[in-house]
Amino acid sequence: MDFATFNGLYTLFLIIIFVALILWAYSKKQKQTFEEMGNSIFEDDLDSKQYESTSSEHTGAKK
Amino acid sequence: MTTATNIQPDYNMKVVRQFTLTTILWGIVGMSVGVLIAAQLIWPALNFDTPWLTYSRLRPLHTNAVIFAFGTSALMATSFYVVQRTCQTRLFGGPLASIVFWGWQLVILSAAISLPLGYTTSKEYAELEWPIDLLITAIWVVYATVFFGTMAIRKTSHIYVANWFFGAFILTVAVLHIVNSMAIPVSMSSMKSYSVYAGAVDAMVQWWYGHNAVGFLLTAGFLGMMYYFVPKQANRPVYSYRLSIIHFWALIAVYIWAGPHHLHYTALPDWAQSLGMVMSLILFAPSWGGMINGIMTLSGAWHKLRTDPILRFLVVSLSFYGMSTFEGPMMAIKTVNALSHYTDWTIGHVHSGALGWVAMVSIGSIYHLVPRLFGQKGMYSTALVNLHFWLATIGTVLYIVAMWISGVMQGLMWRAVNEDGTLTYTFVESLEKSYPFYTIRFVGGAIFLTGMFIMAYNTYKTVSAEEGSIKPQELG
Repeated sequence: MDFATFNGLYTLFLIIIFVALILWAYSKKQKQTFEEMGNSIFEDDLDSKQYESTSSEHTGAKK
Repeated sequence: MTTATNIQPDYNMKVVRQFTLTTILWGIVGMSVGVLIAAQLIWPALNFDTPWLTYSRLRPLHTNAVIFAFGTSALMATSFYVVQRTCQTRLFGGPLASIVFWGWQLVILSAAISLPLGYTTSKEYAELEWPIDLLITAIWVVYATVFFGTMAIRKTSHIYVANWFFGAFILTVAVLHIVNSMAIPVSMSSMKSYSVYAGAVDAMVQWWYGHNAVGFLLTAGFLGMMYYFVPKQANRPVYSYRLSIIHFWALIAVYIWAGPHHLHYTALPDWAQSLGMVMSLILFAPSWGGMINGIMTLSGAWHKLRTDPILRFLVVSLSFYGMSTFEGPMMAIKTVNALSHYTDWTIGHVHSGALGWVAMVSIGSIYHLVPRLFGQKGMYSTALVNLHFWLATIGTVLYIVAMWISGVMQGLMWRAVNEDGTLTYTFVESLEKSYPFYTIRFVGGAIFLTGMFIMAYNTYKTVSAEEGSIKPQELG
């Protein structure tokens, strides 16, 4: 395999990986998991100092 | 939050406090040197005919101080804070964190002494000579050990996205620093060394390093900050966690190839220049994806900007990030670069990123951190935070607008030719035309620096107040 063919195939390989990543990240199955991850920074709260408001509006709708 | 208060792990906040305070200190020092050299461009006599105070020695001192003393202290403070909070465990390695702190201060002091003395490798942003490079490597390995060690002993099931960005920053900076700093000392008793690379290869390695210092230190690291502090300060989760995953992989995969755009129309092979240009253009997509993810986190909560100047800092920093990452790919296009390169436009671009993005996101994050680290419910004065916000914004805008105009003017004057092919203007003519803009730049920089002094005062009053005595405030 010459250098140019290798480069072409390697680029194709990277594109497939990238598309697969997008499909995985945006699949319905993962939706719940990722929402939990996004909310996880509010679980540990040393802001027992209650600097932030006590409402839990961060559980609101999002994409 | 929920009513039950979890038992908090015994976090190591001492090192976070130390780095937070030194961020402010080194910010003032680094920016003061910047204002001084901006003044020297207007009044050259300000070097007082002293070798240590010449522009050529103070300019690398300024860049090293703001990037490695101010910026990196901010990154170390926030990465140590975020990794503990999101992994819900104490920093790994006990006293190693203190070694990172004191070791990094030693690096900063070595730079502050050796650069004015004239020791330099002459590689931009990598000017420090070999003994200091070895020290940086050692400290960086300890830093990586503490950070990744903490991730390894995490109590949470997943690794929050901010840590991915911090991790990419730490790992890539290690590789960049080691590869670009490969040099052979003249002798073991000499500070002088020569790079192992030569010619166009040396230039390519240098700008592979240089642009990825921008991409991973000044971008990925600060995006890590964004992904934690913007949601925290807005009190809502990031707009799209899924987008943040795409953002991460796309950004780190593309950034590493963009370096050659610093070497358009040089001895670097044409294909490498074109590759750098194309990759820089592609980079626009992940950059804006990330910016939109940050800004849209506020969707439905825009009213908070009215009362919370800390959130203003964070959101405006993202706007500047968006502006710079639009401007950057444009400047990487060869024909645009033919006009912009070597002019003040580049300086304007760098500062819209450095002041507008890096400094403002750091300042916002530190205003978020200081009350939490020192047992208060808010900063001593929210009005002063707001004043700082306006000084920083106005200072940045004055600076970059002056440099844009000056840069485009220089580019046009340098390329103008008469009918017989001779140059229309001498270099000195373009310099004379630049003076008014140098004055505006100096004023803008001084205004930005004033804001930093206000931050130092506000922080001092917050830290020295009796614990828990400061109540949360909102702007009226």
